[in-house]
Amino acid sequence: MIILTVEKTKKWMNEIQKRMEANKEQLTVLDQAIGDGDHGINMERGFREVLAKISDTEYESVADVLKSVAMTLTAKVGGASGPLYGTAFLKMSMAMQGKEVDEIVFKTAVREAAEGIKMRGKAGMGEKTLYDVWNQVANFLAEEPAEDWDALLEVCQATIEDTREMTATKGRASYLKERSKGHVDPGSMSSFYIFEALMTVMETGDGSE
Amino acid sequence: MGVSNKVALIIVSHSIHIGEGVKELISQVITDVPVMLACGTSDNEIGTSIEKIQAAMKSVNGKSEAILFYDLGSAKMNAEMAIEMYSIKNTEIAEGIPIVEGAYVAAVESNMGKAKSDILKSLQKLKADES
Repeated sequence: MIILTVEKTKKWMNEIQKRMEANKEQLTVLDQAIGDGDHGINMERGFREVLAKISDTEYESVADVLKSVAMTLTAKVGGASGPLYGTAFLKMSMAMQGKEVDEIVFKTAVREAAEGIKMRGKAGMGEKTLYDVWNQVANFLAEEPAEDWDALLEVCQATIEDTREMTATKGRASYLKERSKGHVDPGSMSSFYIFEALMTVMETGDGSE
Repeated sequence: MGVSNKVALIIVSHSIHIGEGVKELISQVITDVPVMLACGTSDNEIGTSIEKIQAAMKSVNGKSEAILFYDLGSAKMNAEMAIEMYSIKNTEIAEGIPIVEGAYVAAVESNMGKAKSDILKSLQKLKADES
């Protein structure tokens, strides 16, 4: 079963952009509590630039789309989210290079993305970063078929809630030490929207089938 | 030995003022060590830009080696990405080294004609005690 096509990947980015725009304020408020308060602005700008870049470009493969996404996010997002999301999409792209994105390739790509975030951010599980969400999604996909998207989203949701009571040890929030507790991690929240967007695309298809 | 053989410094800061301040501080005593700034976003707002970092690295490329100093974590991540994405070979990141002191010490030592590896060794003494 093919999970992602060029069209679906473009639609995925479109769905992400909609969510970043709609939740810009929420992400910013979360980041104001424990960071530098620009996450919503950065993510909205980043994915707006992504859409501008990919909408009118012809791509040969999903890997090519995601490489373009990675380059754009790295250049345009600013803050730590730029290189972190840039690395995630670049690793996905590399895992998909020269392949059709079936279930196995997709699962490998998500795991590679999670490992990329871990490497770039020097983060481990439970450190109140977006790695928590990506790692849990990769773990879920290692056990379950890539079809129960509701369950996958529940995993994301639960992971975000877990970040609320954690003390941050990475990123700007780590300077707040204990004060970072009681707030959901903004990067985990934006990662949730990325997977929620994916679920929407998976459940509606791209109309070409 | 020409100026171009001296180890260059690349300053990656979230703030263009920090970058300019570091450069100003160094220029009081050292004037012939190249100091490249890659500070602020592409709009000169607070943040870092991989394009600016890449441009700074390329301006060193081929001529000599460089040591890169950064302020906050995401500046380092962007520097790492720039090195990986553009296969930069002659630049090394001064990990965990304070940006002001580090750049100052490196400028002095580079001016003495020290090699990159020797300068990096001296910089280790500035590392904040993590224990």
